[in-house]
Amino acid sequence: MLRGSSAVAIDNERNKHPSDVIAAASAARARRSGRVGLATASRSTSDPHPAEMATHELHPNDTLTTLKMESENLKAKLEEERAKLHDVELHQVAEKIEALGQFVMKTRRTLKGHGNKVLCMDWCKDKRRIVSSSQDGKVIVWDAFTTNKEHAVTMPCTWVMACAYAPSGCAVACGGLDNKCSVYPLSLDKNENLAAKKKSVAMHTNYLSACSFTNSDMQILTSSGDGTCALWDVESGQLLQSFHGHGADVLCLDLAPSETGNTFVSGGCDKKANVWDMRSGQCIQSFETHESDINSVRYYPSGDAFASGSDDATCRLYDLRADREVAIYSKESIIFGASSVDFSLSGRLLFGGYNDYTINVWDVLKGNRVSILFGHENRVSTLRVSPDGTAFCSGSWDHTLRIWA
Amino acid sequence: MEDVIARMQDEKTGIPIRTVKSFLSKIPSVFSGSDIVQWMIKNLNIEDPGEALHLGTLMAAHGYFFPISDHVLTLKDDGTFYRFQTPYFWPSNCWEPENTDYAVYLCKRTMQNKARLELADYEAESLARLQRAFARKWEFIFMQAEAQAKVDKKRDKIERKILDSQERAFWDVHRPVPGCVNTTEADIKKSSRMKQSWGTRSRSHRGERMKPVSCCVRSHSVSPPRFQIQFWQVQLDRHRLKMSKVAESLLSYTEQYMEYDPFLTPPDPSNPWISDDTTLWEMEASKEPSQQRVKRWAFGINEVLKDPVGREQFLKFLESEFSSENLRFWLAVQELKKRPIREVPTRVEGIWQEFLAPGAPSAINVDSKSYDKTTQNVKDPGRYAFEDAQEHIYKLMKSDSYSRFIRSSAYQELLQAKKKVQLLGAPRQRSRLDVDALGPLRAGRHRKSASTLCSSGFRESVDVLSSTAFIPLHVSSVIYGTLLPSLI
Repeated sequence: MLRGSSAVAIDNERNKHPSDVIAAASAARARRSGRVGLATASRSTSDPHPAEMATHELHPNDTLTTLKMESENLKAKLEEERAKLHDVELHQVAEKIEALGQFVMKTRRTLKGHGNKVLCMDWCKDKRRIVSSSQDGKVIVWDAFTTNKEHAVTMPCTWVMACAYAPSGCAVACGGLDNKCSVYPLSLDKNENLAAKKKSVAMHTNYLSACSFTNSDMQILTSSGDGTCALWDVESGQLLQSFHGHGADVLCLDLAPSETGNTFVSGGCDKKANVWDMRSGQCIQSFETHESDINSVRYYPSGDAFASGSDDATCRLYDLRADREVAIYSKESIIFGASSVDFSLSGRLLFGGYNDYTINVWDVLKGNRVSILFGHENRVSTLRVSPDGTAFCSGSWDHTLRIWA
Repeated sequence: MEDVIARMQDEKTGIPIRTVKSFLSKIPSVFSGSDIVQWMIKNLNIEDPGEALHLGTLMAAHGYFFPISDHVLTLKDDGTFYRFQTPYFWPSNCWEPENTDYAVYLCKRTMQNKARLELADYEAESLARLQRAFARKWEFIFMQAEAQAKVDKKRDKIERKILDSQERAFWDVHRPVPGCVNTTEADIKKSSRMKQSWGTRSRSHRGERMKPVSCCVRSHSVSPPRFQIQFWQVQLDRHRLKMSKVAESLLSYTEQYMEYDPFLTPPDPSNPWISDDTTLWEMEASKEPSQQRVKRWAFGINEVLKDPVGREQFLKFLESEFSSENLRFWLAVQELKKRPIREVPTRVEGIWQEFLAPGAPSAINVDSKSYDKTTQNVKDPGRYAFEDAQEHIYKLMKSDSYSRFIRSSAYQELLQAKKKVQLLGAPRQRSRLDVDALGPLRAGRHRKSASTLCSSGFRESVDVLSSTAFIPLHVSSVIYGTLLPSLI
């Protein structure tokens, strides 16, 4: 008995895949049981103790179905465990705090200049500059406070679906249908041709859906329609880490706000929101309660939770410590998908841009809608709160961006 | 959307549809705009009629119902008549009608001699354009239009009215009036998948046409069951918190940061976006942190590490205690992770020599396990070489150095001193202190500019305090009270 299992163990060590680095003993057990099926198939003649192998699946066909069943059982058990700790609803606990008063939020600036749908935008750390990208291939850097355009780049492709500002404020990254993410350094000389200095960083096999710098100008995190996310070194273009696990296009990502953390969350067309460890490339947690594509994910300011906006017309809040969905933000009259979400600085308000041209403002804790903002004449495609929380910017298919405060 | 439409069309609880007798004829199968609005308010839990109007307009713009006498698809809360679109023409059937279809349709319209079916300006323009574009095919198009017109003539009059209006509405969605939103535009990320699942239709080709699958990785292989099992097992073993605890935590976090949230507490002096005054940003950029900002550092070590001025103050404090190597190590490792991959090996070596090598000038204390692991990592240097050591040092700082920093006189000074400086500096600014107590001071203000007065006052008072131990609040305010008159 012992000889057999240790032989299997050695075999495992030799065949160990670098990505199988999960420490749980039970996981290792499960892995062994899986490997055994294959090992016996190849070493059936030299196997000294066929009897003990009989307890595990022998035929390769049975292996797959039995494993799948085991997987489903575990998943169901996990849901049970998660539900056990669900002793109260968030909005019930939130009944004791004061309700929010009436909000007067108006458009304070309108940025016009894009010739087609605005698809994405990002704020600069200086709290007033933004970069935006659109379907016509243009990427524009604005001083939103004065509404002046400061830089403009024309990308060789249309549908620039992702753009990001570097933390230093000295560069922007963008990409889309070209399957790449390119970084453009911003120069102070207005006459300089920015396109000449372009640096191609990321390469995917399908469109780029989102990109973000980590807390440094030197690394970029990207997500793509090819179902993967990836971390790149900007200077060399080298792939530092890739993240596999989504079963369909990945549409969005957000980095955890912590100084010490190394995690990020991504949402995709497989209705899943996954939390990843940037160092190991492993998926740490996974949530699947949405009924359609997840278009946008954003961390709660403390980093302990995140919100998601989906085509199923709801926004949901997931807590990482409770390991479950803790709130749903929906209304019968909201039937269009949410394209983009972001929190106010304290996390009390959740702003959602929807495909019905409106922006809904939710009370995160109590779960009700506090305000609905009209103004855009077509879908709201992107929405971000400024770094100091004084305003938020929304970009729309009506070719404009609006700053609200 | 189609669920809502189905409910609207329900015989019992839906919108009442009727035939209206008008001047010379009957208008079949209509309902009024206000009917729709009322139904929505009642059945969809909407409080504001404006919202109902907006939603209704969207549904019209997508082509689920339409005004019978207007090309522009909006909803009006009045007696204007609307009709439901037939499911055949619904957007979910993924129509992508081609220009030839449109040409046939417009051509057919010109063959009908009813005045009300005359082409609108934009339609006439489109027809002219199409004629030029399809000049060679025109005979074929004309023939098709003729054939369709013949079939139509055979229909019952009322049925024809309805069908004509529905066909017109269909084209209003797919070829909208100039200036109107084209709701058939799809997000490119979704459209390629939609085509895959539905196939597209055009009026001329009645069969389904599947577009070739362009992306190679569509059939994402779900990870093999082995990995799934591992994953679920790890998840099961995870420690999770009770909902009540989590809720309390979220509540208290929000409570703590409410005063910093400009949407909930108007910022002091003003929100630049509303007042067009950038004082707030200028204040934050200055080296002297405001009391509110200093207060925030006490919320947790991350707040100090996040704020550059906080980091500076923390470092200064630790240097005064000759224990700054921990923070410097932590900062160096953070910087290492931010550098390009090319620089990593040299930096790793540098950090090792400075902080961890035997005889290092800024030796830090890590537990032996982390030390051993780090020694190994340094041989094959990567960005995460110091991860274990950094974690250990972080915990140390959090429990030890950080709490001392918050209790230190240096920190408390910043917390208190700034209050006074603000008061003297700009009388315009709101202050939380009792202004009357310092009234005579302000009256007798020196001709010297307010800011220099503040800074010199600050420096003098700091000297006094640094020589003494930590002074409780009420005593320090007395000292200030007596100090300041003498400065003036």
